[in-house]
Amino acid sequence: MQINTEELRRQFDERLAEIKSSTEIDSLRVDFLGKKGKISALMAELKNVAAEQKKEVGQMINDLKQSIEKTITEKAEELVRLEEQKKIDSVEAYDATLPTSLDLGSYHPITLIQREVQDIFTSMGFIVENYSEVVDDYHCFEALNIPKHHPARDMQDTYYLDNGQLLKTHTSAAQNYIMRKYGAPVRAIFPGRCFRNESTDACHENTFFQLEGIMIDEDISISNLIYFMKTMLSEVFKQDITVRLRPGFFPFVEPGFELDISCTICGGKGCPSCKNSGWLELCPCGMIHPNVLKAGGIDTEKYTGFAFGLGLTRLAMMKYGIKDIRMLNSGNLKALSQFSDK
Amino acid sequence: MLVSMNWINDYVDLNGENIEELIHRFTLSTAEVEDIYFKGKDVSGVIVAQIVSVENHPNSKKLHLLKVDTGSEVLDIVCGAPNVAVGQKVALATAGAHVPAGDISVATVAGYTSYGMCCAADELGLSDDHTGLMEIDVDCPLGTDIKKVYPIDDIVFEVDNKSLTNRPDLWGHYGIAREFAALTGKELKPLDLGEIIYDGDKLIPVTVSREDLVYRYSCLEMSGISKNVSPLSMRIRLYYCGMRGINLLADLTNYIMLELGQPTHAFDARKISEIKIGTPDGQFGFKTLDDTERTITPDTLMIYNGDIPVAIAGIMGGLDSEIIGDTDSVVLESANFDGISVRKTSSRLGLRTDASMRYEKILDPELTILAVKRFVRLLTAIDPGAKITSKLNDVYVKHYPELTISFDKKYVDRYTGIDISNEQIVRTLSLLGFGVDFDGNGFSVRVPSWRATKDVTIKADIIEEITRIYGYDNFEIKTTDSLLKPVRASAERTETNAIKDILVQRFSMHEVHSYIWQDGKKYKKLGIDVEDNVRILNIATPENGTLRRSMLPTMLTFVSENKGYGTDYSIFEIARIIDGTKDNGECNERPSLSFASYSKTKDEKTVFLGVVNTIRTLFREIKHVEPSFENVAPKYNWQHPKNTVAVKADGKTVGVLCTLHPSNLAKLDKAAAVVVCEIFIDDFNTVGVSNIHYSEPSKFPGIDIDFSLVMGDGKSFADGEKAWAGYVGNGISSVSVIDVFALADGQRSVTVRLSFSSDDRTLSMEEVQPKVDKIISALAENGITIRA
Repeated sequence: MQINTEELRRQFDERLAEIKSSTEIDSLRVDFLGKKGKISALMAELKNVAAEQKKEVGQMINDLKQSIEKTITEKAEELVRLEEQKKIDSVEAYDATLPTSLDLGSYHPITLIQREVQDIFTSMGFIVENYSEVVDDYHCFEALNIPKHHPARDMQDTYYLDNGQLLKTHTSAAQNYIMRKYGAPVRAIFPGRCFRNESTDACHENTFFQLEGIMIDEDISISNLIYFMKTMLSEVFKQDITVRLRPGFFPFVEPGFELDISCTICGGKGCPSCKNSGWLELCPCGMIHPNVLKAGGIDTEKYTGFAFGLGLTRLAMMKYGIKDIRMLNSGNLKALSQFSDK
Repeated sequence: MLVSMNWINDYVDLNGENIEELIHRFTLSTAEVEDIYFKGKDVSGVIVAQIVSVENHPNSKKLHLLKVDTGSEVLDIVCGAPNVAVGQKVALATAGAHVPAGDISVATVAGYTSYGMCCAADELGLSDDHTGLMEIDVDCPLGTDIKKVYPIDDIVFEVDNKSLTNRPDLWGHYGIAREFAALTGKELKPLDLGEIIYDGDKLIPVTVSREDLVYRYSCLEMSGISKNVSPLSMRIRLYYCGMRGINLLADLTNYIMLELGQPTHAFDARKISEIKIGTPDGQFGFKTLDDTERTITPDTLMIYNGDIPVAIAGIMGGLDSEIIGDTDSVVLESANFDGISVRKTSSRLGLRTDASMRYEKILDPELTILAVKRFVRLLTAIDPGAKITSKLNDVYVKHYPELTISFDKKYVDRYTGIDISNEQIVRTLSLLGFGVDFDGNGFSVRVPSWRATKDVTIKADIIEEITRIYGYDNFEIKTTDSLLKPVRASAERTETNAIKDILVQRFSMHEVHSYIWQDGKKYKKLGIDVEDNVRILNIATPENGTLRRSMLPTMLTFVSENKGYGTDYSIFEIARIIDGTKDNGECNERPSLSFASYSKTKDEKTVFLGVVNTIRTLFREIKHVEPSFENVAPKYNWQHPKNTVAVKADGKTVGVLCTLHPSNLAKLDKAAAVVVCEIFIDDFNTVGVSNIHYSEPSKFPGIDIDFSLVMGDGKSFADGEKAWAGYVGNGISSVSVIDVFALADGQRSVTVRLSFSSDDRTLSMEEVQPKVDKIISALAENGITIRA
């Protein structure tokens, strides 16, 4: 019996030369290296070989098998490479700069600013309260030390309703409710929509948002008020804010203040935004008037407190550079849809 | 209000002080200064000169050729003023001078050389009078700089009137001077007052019939007045403070008002014999001195001479009794009226005067006599011939009680949070005119009359006085040490936030804000009726006066206004609606969510189901419950008769969704699909939150059975659902809709896949079949057949 490894090698090389794809190479592998393949067949022939040649012939077959295995592996790898390259070549380079259609929703700018400010207050342990928009004379005025005929009522033109109630002119209208609900000590904010009977223009709206805050405890002082306003406003504006207090008259605080902040545009040097004064008038605040605490059922000998009002609408306009206040209630999506980033 | 620092300097010596710095401190300690004007800075090189000859200009009717003596030379001046006269002393701006009108140089006027300009008062910025040359009314050598003769250089600042609302004492220079005294620690000089000396018996009788409205009425007659024009220096001061010179007596009353804050009125004494103050029985017309007819009503407080009305109390005098050219005697009224009454009358008449503005602030009644005495001093100084010709009649109806406030240092420390020394407290209050007793422990403070009408009543008011002069800039600032407590957000707040996040982030909706009232005009365009509700009494646009019961129409107006924005969009708002009134008559205010979807690319059904999907998502994500839907009759005629659907949860209706009636849709956009939904947030908040029920996924394969349900008109998926509802979670692990299509005969085919499975074994068809049979028969009972 003749064992011809060279002939088998020749057959293999012939087949190899015709192979074009990795599936073809699998059948080549089976034909030569499979259990029933040609190498196995040759091995089966080995039993017929003379004993003294067995070792040598066996070695030849083994060499052939290893050589074929190596060739097939190399060929297979080459084919995979070629096929991958073909895939790469056939694919276009995608244009990531092509704008996609995002279809983003949007939050109202007041929601954005309100959430931002609320987060600051809740981080400082303030309760966030809701209060109604339709209120009575008592809560909007009397309980705030604004008796009938007080000139302070001239300052805010009120929408009166035919059922005897009114639309709240300021978030301070919630002070009495909060004091009655929680007692002292308390720290709470109450954002809300307010209404004033005035004609609208780019700077005036009859419907706008404020955020009122109160803090009542034993020994709350003017010094605490200034510290708090500075800390809180620095958070709101995300920069170190210098505050300045001036006397301001509001019947529900005593002393009452107008609080100015160093101009956030020019840093206090003077610019058109601050009318060259370096200061922006930002919010009224003050020590809660003893009459207001009393009306809220709070012991004025034991407790003192401060209150402040932030104009959320004003803050939103400052933050986003909104020039015409009327945009906010316009429902104009060309304007409002821009507030899609939280 | 305009404040002249020259005037302030009359009462507190501010020499050596940095005036601008002081005005800045005034803002920080007293009231907001809006502007500072440096008067006279654009006037230089103007001297006193005398006209020595006047010739008519040969070619001009208006111009004169003057020779003017400057004291050192005689200059040729061409002048256009009509009142030129030889011997007249004038203000001459020579070549090189500056006046507000411009720089002066030698010029040729109508063919003649002019070496300067004789000035009218307006050309020097001292008046708006351009009728003729300003005559120099004091003796001084020719050639003297005009600024040495008159107080042309001045620093005038404007205080925001609003910031003086609660300070009646600051409506005159004397009160403001007191603030500067406190700020600098310098003495406030006393007022220069005249004595009321009169030996005769004459008294102008005064009768007050409304003692509730007249607090004090002081009056005095003065006669023998020959001068008509007030001194130029006084007129400059008035002008700088925003008033115009009229005549001596009118100027004096204005001057005293600007100085003391006390309005006075000068009647021509020939028109006054007895004063009566009261309100009329009926309505009548009255001509005020601005020559305007005013309607006087029974609640208007009037001053009468006998029965003849002569002035509207605290607001304006009558034309008939005003000071005229030949007035030589005057009855001076210095009174204190009820501030509220003056304010109401003034606003009813639309006539806000310098006097009414001050009375509104509730003036100190002690001022009336000071004003009379100051008038006497000024008038007799200017016109030595003037004499007091009556007794002072002083009817003092309402005395404010004297007020003493006691507190201790501990109170001040606690309120301020800093340590202000006892000495500083005493000094500050004294400088502000408070009487202070300090016994080493407690303070006892007497409130001066000018602060006692309403401004200072309690301890906290005293704190303001101490701290504002101390200066808030000088405060050491400290944090509080308060008890920490956990803060929990309310359900309304957390759920509202969650709703907004879902609508914006998942459904790409845009949040809008709108008004609380119904916009009649916009509603009309869409064919929507304004719904009856609580009304605003005083809104400028009555068609918007009714509050809204639903936000849906507002959403529709917004949708209609945004058609240019895009082909597909959704908007929402969470706000308050007024659902009528409650039993106690108060508004039933409710928070509400409303949203609208608009599409030009999708059909109405798809948009509708999209809205259903949104609603389900809100309930599933926030409450972990499925809402149910039920067709209902529309509440409003703009809603679609068939496609108005109630949203229910926990067995109650929490909202509604609908498409539009074709008639309204045509008005909005007939080529688009519009679906709106309103959910009552308060009802939503009370829907219970279900726990998440977890069950281990079965390890055994189940059997999916598809049913094709044939549903006739009026049948909903919910009708079919009842047939297998009992097996859900109890044999059926999931239900899904595979396909929905319309059948030829108006029926619908809905293919639903029920997945049967078991936790402990692989199911066989034999086990499932009995359930399938029961479902089919239950479907049949509900009028739903199965398609083969």
